[in-house]
Amino acid sequence: MKKVGVFVCHCGTNISQTVHCEKLAEAAKTLPGVAFSTEYKYMCSDPGQTMIKEAIAEHGLDRVVVAACSPRMHETTFRKCIDSGGLNPYMLEIANIREQCSWVHSDKDKATAKAGDLVNMAVAKVLKNEQLPSSFIPVHKRALVIGGGIAGIQAALDIADTGYHVDLVEREPSIGGKMAQIDKTFPTMDCSACILTPKMVDASQHPNITIIPYSEVEKVDGYVGNFDVTIRRKASYVDSVKCTGCGLCSEKCPSKKIPSEFECNLGTRPAIYSPFPQAIPNKPVIDRENCRYFKTGKCKICARVCTADAVNFEDQDEMVQIRYGAIVVATGYTLYDHSQYGEYGYGHYKDVISGLEFERLVNASGPTMGKIKRPSDNTEPKNVVFIKCVGSRDKARGHDYCSRACCMYTAKHATMVRDKIKDSQAIIFYMDIRTPGKNYEEFYLRGVEEYGVTYVRGRVSRIYEEGEGENRKLIVQGEDTLLGKQVFVDADMVVLATAMEPQPDAAGFARKIGISYDQNNFFSEAHPKLRPVETLSAGIYLAGACQGPKDIPDTVAQAGAAAAKVVALLSKDEMETEPIVAKVDTDRCSGCGFCIPICPYKAISFTDLTERVHGSVAWGPTGKEVKRQVANVNNGLCQGCGACTVNCRAGALDLLGFTNEQILAEVDSLW
Amino acid sequence: MVNSLDPTCNTTPEPMTPGSTTPNPTPLEISAAELTVPQNTSAASAKDIASDWEPKILVFACQYCTYAGADLAGLSRLQYPTTTRVLRVPCSGRTNPQFVIRAFQKGFDGVLVAGCHPGDCHFTTGNYFTRRRYLLMTRLMEFIGLDPRRFRVCWISGSEGPKFQQVVTELTDTIRPLGPSQKLWDEGGISS
Ligand SMILES: Cc1cc2nc3c(=O)[nH]c(=O)nc-3n(C[C@H](O)[C@H](O)[C@H](O)COP(=O)(O)OP(=O)(O)OC[C@H]3O[C@@H](n4cnc5c(N)ncnc54)[C@H](O)[C@@H]3O)c2cc1C
Repeated sequence: MKKVGVFVCHCGTNISQTVHCEKLAEAAKTLPGVAFSTEYKYMCSDPGQTMIKEAIAEHGLDRVVVAACSPRMHETTFRKCIDSGGLNPYMLEIANIREQCSWVHSDKDKATAKAGDLVNMAVAKVLKNEQLPSSFIPVHKRALVIGGGIAGIQAALDIADTGYHVDLVEREPSIGGKMAQIDKTFPTMDCSACILTPKMVDASQHPNITIIPYSEVEKVDGYVGNFDVTIRRKASYVDSVKCTGCGLCSEKCPSKKIPSEFECNLGTRPAIYSPFPQAIPNKPVIDRENCRYFKTGKCKICARVCTADAVNFEDQDEMVQIRYGAIVVATGYTLYDHSQYGEYGYGHYKDVISGLEFERLVNASGPTMGKIKRPSDNTEPKNVVFIKCVGSRDKARGHDYCSRACCMYTAKHATMVRDKIKDSQAIIFYMDIRTPGKNYEEFYLRGVEEYGVTYVRGRVSRIYEEGEGENRKLIVQGEDTLLGKQVFVDADMVVLATAMEPQPDAAGFARKIGISYDQNNFFSEAHPKLRPVETLSAGIYLAGACQGPKDIPDTVAQAGAAAAKVVALLSKDEMETEPIVAKVDTDRCSGCGFCIPICPYKAISFTDLTERVHGSVAWGPTGKEVKRQVANVNNGLCQGCGACTVNCRAGALDLLGFTNEQILAEVDSLW
Repeated sequence: MVNSLDPTCNTTPEPMTPGSTTPNPTPLEISAAELTVPQNTSAASAKDIASDWEPKILVFACQYCTYAGADLAGLSRLQYPTTTRVLRVPCSGRTNPQFVIRAFQKGFDGVLVAGCHPGDCHFTTGNYFTRRRYLLMTRLMEFIGLDPRRFRVCWISGSEGPKFQQVVTELTDTIRPLGPSQKLWDEGGISS
């Protein structure tokens, strides 16, 4: 026979001042199934817990109801308590008579009556509780980091340093991300390459890191501790083992005039190329679209000059499958396509450029060897106008959000203009100036005070060209909202601070690996404040700008945090899983499959069931084996939401811990 | 904080005369305000209802948002009528319409299904199913002649203690004049 023990807590006077705890405990004795009932000042305290454990032993209780504070507060406490008292931890229900009763009511009789109902419901439910087994799943001690920007590099290094093996998958030929393209970094103005490239080298030489360049994640199966990931290694036509990285092939390649992605199309590269001199790995790839051999069937000069015999025109994409315990997503961001601001003339006027293009123009190894020259005629611009919030904080054409790094990098760019070009002017059109970071405000003020950068508050409405040849110049028309009048500024070059955006394939990528994304397609963290690097999919973590616009210091901090989470996970040999999962009654399951698409975690799939048919049946011979498909829940993936149970037409799906029977018993208990 | 974007959750639904236009239904929340009340309304006339009669309302609350919101109301000592009994579910999407019907059959006078705001579901998509299911459900209630004002779907986040207080208070105030719900009573389901 089932024996329930009811334990009513006074919570000091928190509960007892509005609920008659003694009466409540007394009344509980009369409920069906209740074998013991008592009350105590502090149930969660040591003596309170001891009381529960002793009562379990003394009265042979097999299930427990605690009427106390919210289960969100002490459910785990009491589960552990009855566990050490010899019961399965899930033979417990909590009646929330504090947050949802004593604290919100003042009439003692009414509150006691309500508390009685809450205890009734809990008793009715606990009578239907079943022992739920904790199950353990093994943890595969290898981590995958997707994206080799500063976020991915940092996360990989931090994980690898603790002794676990990391694979770093990067879709470009080299790791480095956007930071490799940046010239100097605010607020210290140290050179980006000087602080990034040593980390890239560390990653490539680390015994625990394998860099998988020029590759993409195709598919993620499995669940926390056991992700089966399919990675596509794109054909690079160069055998990375044989290649010594001498660079002769690139030098001799006849197709040299291909716009370089790394140089934001301001420079060129050959068809067999490494994106930049410090690339890691420094092994070239062949750009098939632009390669003369692939286009015409003739050439192969690279293969001829290669002394290592590394060029292989027969190379094919290759799929590899690897198992990982944890995944860090660090796929970064892209920049807003500002051609949508037609009135700014981007693509139309060569001298209207983006912030990232400016970074390449001031970079010593960039297309102009670090001399700021305007793209149209290679002359040095004197008047440079900067426009902030292009695509950020603009509901109509861009995004609502602030891109966070632009105020600072525009201040950086303007300072550089003033520093590098004699008699120059740097004018910034802004909406607000946001400098929330250590030494950021000081950096911006230095730009204004020491470098004489001019700030104009207002939005630019139009950019147009005037004059011909030498005298050709851009006119920036905007409103100075502080003066309240239209201003027209002559400019030799205009730099747009374009919004940081999610990668164009972010949503599809998120669906592929099973994480959620927000209204802007940035990946969603599990909790905006308290779980900023976790996703809602256990075992998958976020780092860097793929989660939202951020600068390098924040990116690195988040990468470290994600690494700590990964290490905490990998340090366990096995993981306990929540037993609150959906369960299929295969006898009832009709195999309709309606539950499969409703599951947000892809936890349900079909499985074959072979049954022997006994007796005589109308539709077939007896004793015959029949095969049918039924739903099967993967406990590692199921998070216990219960959406499938409602959808199941055969009533075959139920949620352990919140079964139909349990919930209906609660509903019925009050009548 | 009360979300001003949820008009239907903040205002007491006005009983409407048949034929009056339905206010613009917000796609997010479902309440009686969206529906015209059936002519054979089950509202008892004032004299039938005992002066101290209080409705009993069952609340299906998802444990990540609304249950936490109700806890917050408690932590903030926000007072509301003793009419509600909260039944914790992992996700509002777990609430089978069958449970709601059963509650009315057994004798509850009102039912509230409450979960995370659309887009905020802990389980990503659960509350979208809730939304779709209960839009239909509300129509069904109307169809079978159960006063739809007795049933409500609402989004209350873990930080919306005041909204929880407000919603349950309003629901109580709405149902009190309607008197006990008798439409779906099981035979002998209630001791009247
Ligand atoms: C003009 C400009 C100037 C800036 N200046 C500064 C500055 O001075 N100081 C500062 O702190 N911040 C600055 N920032 C911000 C800085 O660029 C970012 O904070 C930083 O680059 C974010 O790093 P990340 O690794 O998250 O992303 P990314 O640098 O974008 O790296 C992401 C990497 O992931 C790879 N990837 C993407 N998708 C996939 C996929 N599906 N599979 C495999 N690999 C993939 C990409 O190829 C890339 O290598 C600037 C930004 C701009 C636009």
